[in-house]
Amino acid sequence: MRKILILPTSYLILKNMEVLKIATAGSVDDGKSTLIGRILYDTKSLTSDKLEAIEKTSKQKGYDYLDFSLATDGLVAEREQGITIDVAHIYFSTQTKSYIIADTPGHVEYTRNMVTGASTSQAAIILIDARKGVIEQTNRHFFINNLLRVKEVIVAINKMDLVHFSEDIYNKIKADFETLMQKRDYQDQNITFIPVSALKGDNVVHKSRNTPWYKGQTLLEHFELLDTEDVYNVGTPRFPVQYVIRPKTEEFHDFRGYAGKVYGGELSVGDEVVALPSQTKSKIKEIYLYDQSYQTASRRSSVTITLEDDINVSRGDMLVKVDDLPTIDKQFTATISWMDSQNLVTGNKYVLQHGVNKVLAKVDAIHHKIHPDYSGIEEHISALGMNDIASVTFKLNKSIFFDPFKNHRTNGSFILIDSQSNNTVGVGFIQ
Amino acid sequence: MTKDTSRVNPLENEAIYIIREVAAQFEKPVLLFSGGKDSITLVRLAQKAFYPAKIPFPLMHIDTGHNFPETIAFRDRLVKELGLELIVRNVQDSIDEGKVKEESGRYSSRNSLQTTTLLDAIEEFKFDACIGGARRDEEKARAKERIFSVRDDFGQWDEKNQRPELFDMLNGQIHLGQNVRVFPISNWTELDVWSYIERENIEIPSIYFAHTRATFLRDGLIWSSDDEVVYRDENEVVEERLVRFRTVGDMSCTAAVLSDAADIASVVQEIRESTISERGARIDDKRSEAAMEKRKQQGYF
Ligand SMILES: Nc1nc2c(ncn2[C@@H]2O[C@H](COP(=O)(O)OP(=O)(O)O)[C@@H](O)[C@H]2O)c(=O)[nH]1
Ligand SMILES: [Mg+2]
Repeated sequence: MRKILILPTSYLILKNMEVLKIATAGSVDDGKSTLIGRILYDTKSLTSDKLEAIEKTSKQKGYDYLDFSLATDGLVAEREQGITIDVAHIYFSTQTKSYIIADTPGHVEYTRNMVTGASTSQAAIILIDARKGVIEQTNRHFFINNLLRVKEVIVAINKMDLVHFSEDIYNKIKADFETLMQKRDYQDQNITFIPVSALKGDNVVHKSRNTPWYKGQTLLEHFELLDTEDVYNVGTPRFPVQYVIRPKTEEFHDFRGYAGKVYGGELSVGDEVVALPSQTKSKIKEIYLYDQSYQTASRRSSVTITLEDDINVSRGDMLVKVDDLPTIDKQFTATISWMDSQNLVTGNKYVLQHGVNKVLAKVDAIHHKIHPDYSGIEEHISALGMNDIASVTFKLNKSIFFDPFKNHRTNGSFILIDSQSNNTVGVGFIQ
Repeated sequence: MTKDTSRVNPLENEAIYIIREVAAQFEKPVLLFSGGKDSITLVRLAQKAFYPAKIPFPLMHIDTGHNFPETIAFRDRLVKELGLELIVRNVQDSIDEGKVKEESGRYSSRNSLQTTTLLDAIEEFKFDACIGGARRDEEKARAKERIFSVRDDFGQWDEKNQRPELFDMLNGQIHLGQNVRVFPISNWTELDVWSYIERENIEIPSIYFAHTRATFLRDGLIWSSDDEVVYRDENEVVEERLVRFRTVGDMSCTAAVLSDAADIASVVQEIRESTISERGARIDDKRSEAAMEKRKQQGYF
């Protein structure tokens, strides 16, 4: 096998390699679907057959404009009712990046969908209807993106065409939002305000002539200039072992590799590591991706690691640097977002999936519910229902190795699985 | 701008992560292999995920009997080279057993008949996870698909009741009889796949490159002329054209495009400049706006 020092240059020149995942947030009818459709249209990402379909359906519905929301609303029920039911993922690319935008629906299971969308995104667009300004819903959208530590937030003040592109209205909404920002927990979040009209296309991809008072970038310009490395929250390296690779062939008779993805930081050949939970020490011998070996595995790369010593490591175990241990405990308190129609009550047991590791968890105590609109907390709670956010203590049957969510977005989060229905019923952020 | 930290390909890393989760979480996974570029890409990703060990699950091809011969030859060579197990189940058998009825007439195709054969094979082998090469950018209903998509005992997709997928965590817990369809390249676009094939130097069947072929025109689309398989009216004239295929499925539902792109670099360039979507050349989706959603509910891939 060839030894080289860094990833091969082909990685550096590959086009469409920078990927930016963006979630949208806004109340029903604020214009999320229209905004995404507009971006697709103005970046010429809509192919002629899709555009024709939109023109045809818009005409059938008797509109005198193109209904861009038709580009994203994919299910039959969605088109019939003119609403978005489930998260849709929309793809387009420019010369600098590939974009994935999650169009999140704005009603019943809203919190659940928004938490889901935000969990896989590094950026979010919060839409505000310029006629309505900052409303209770806006608090919620901001709260969730802050809770999930989405690094980059764009506040798109939409439907500016309906308020005569008024600078005063824009400034008033911006000031209201800035008041809200003071309440946030995650202060490192970058927040940018842009006045737009999704329907007419102002400041979405092209600069608007209707807002001479606005000197900032358009929505797309802003994303184009973002460095996709900077949109990730950096932590310390954590390597949860997904799968043990034992070829048992003549050529690789004694090969024992640990397959997984590197989170938070980098790992290099020669690093002294500890395997958890056994706490056995060793050193990284080799790092592979396919048939090439590397000196360093960068953040978020899927690699295979071999160790100097023959120690016992299996799926669910974790490799970390010796001087950099996570918390190892059978009990913790987390902020959870409940996503199931069956209530969570004290004493309930769930399967807790932390990365690729599964343990059993019992609800030890529900401390309080957190109103996601910054209106405070509610104590003496006995049960949590769909869309509730609360502070909960869990007891586990086995220790897990975690970091607080604020230090490590991956190693500080988990999902809860109902062992009766097998459904994913909640997500947690360890405090 | 160069940085001292090397950058990674996020889509490849995500796909490899997903494929490894399948091997770890399921007892009997299978990779659904059509011989098309997406499933060939999946095979490469699976090789990468487990190297230097072999891919720890078989490939399965649901053969409509109407495939391009080039695809079948390619398939057999690939599994031999990689030393993989290949399972083939034939739509013809389902027809012979009277389980499905062959369509006839102008737009007839065996594409939708695949569902029955697929579901029978899943039951026969007790597969609990089927890895497929579907992408969310292909079609509107697919844009709603999860990475781990749970199907009930009848192979049906309940699109309004899907599990949320948070961060990287994939919940593969299912009841006996259920199975999961897994889509590791969900987040790739057609261009991403082609760029990857170019970068990785992956071999693909010759029909993806420009070649001369006997064809006829219908509804503005170019069809391969093969009277055994593709229905043709008497007044539909056969002519030789320089074409290639952008997507490869059943001969009866895959149209060709005029193209002189003879190598992978020209294909990538062509896709980059294209204004028609990949599925624009698939008659099975054109039947109605909700065609794909309906087929998926019934258990289609
Ligand atoms: N005048 C105007 N109407 C808009 C604008 N953006 C969206 N709309 C309209 O608002 C309605 C709701 O938009 P839609 O995109 O479906 O909202 P969603 O529920 O957030 O996805 C539609 O009738 C749109 O045409 C805008 O910038 N200006
Ligand atoms: Mg919508």
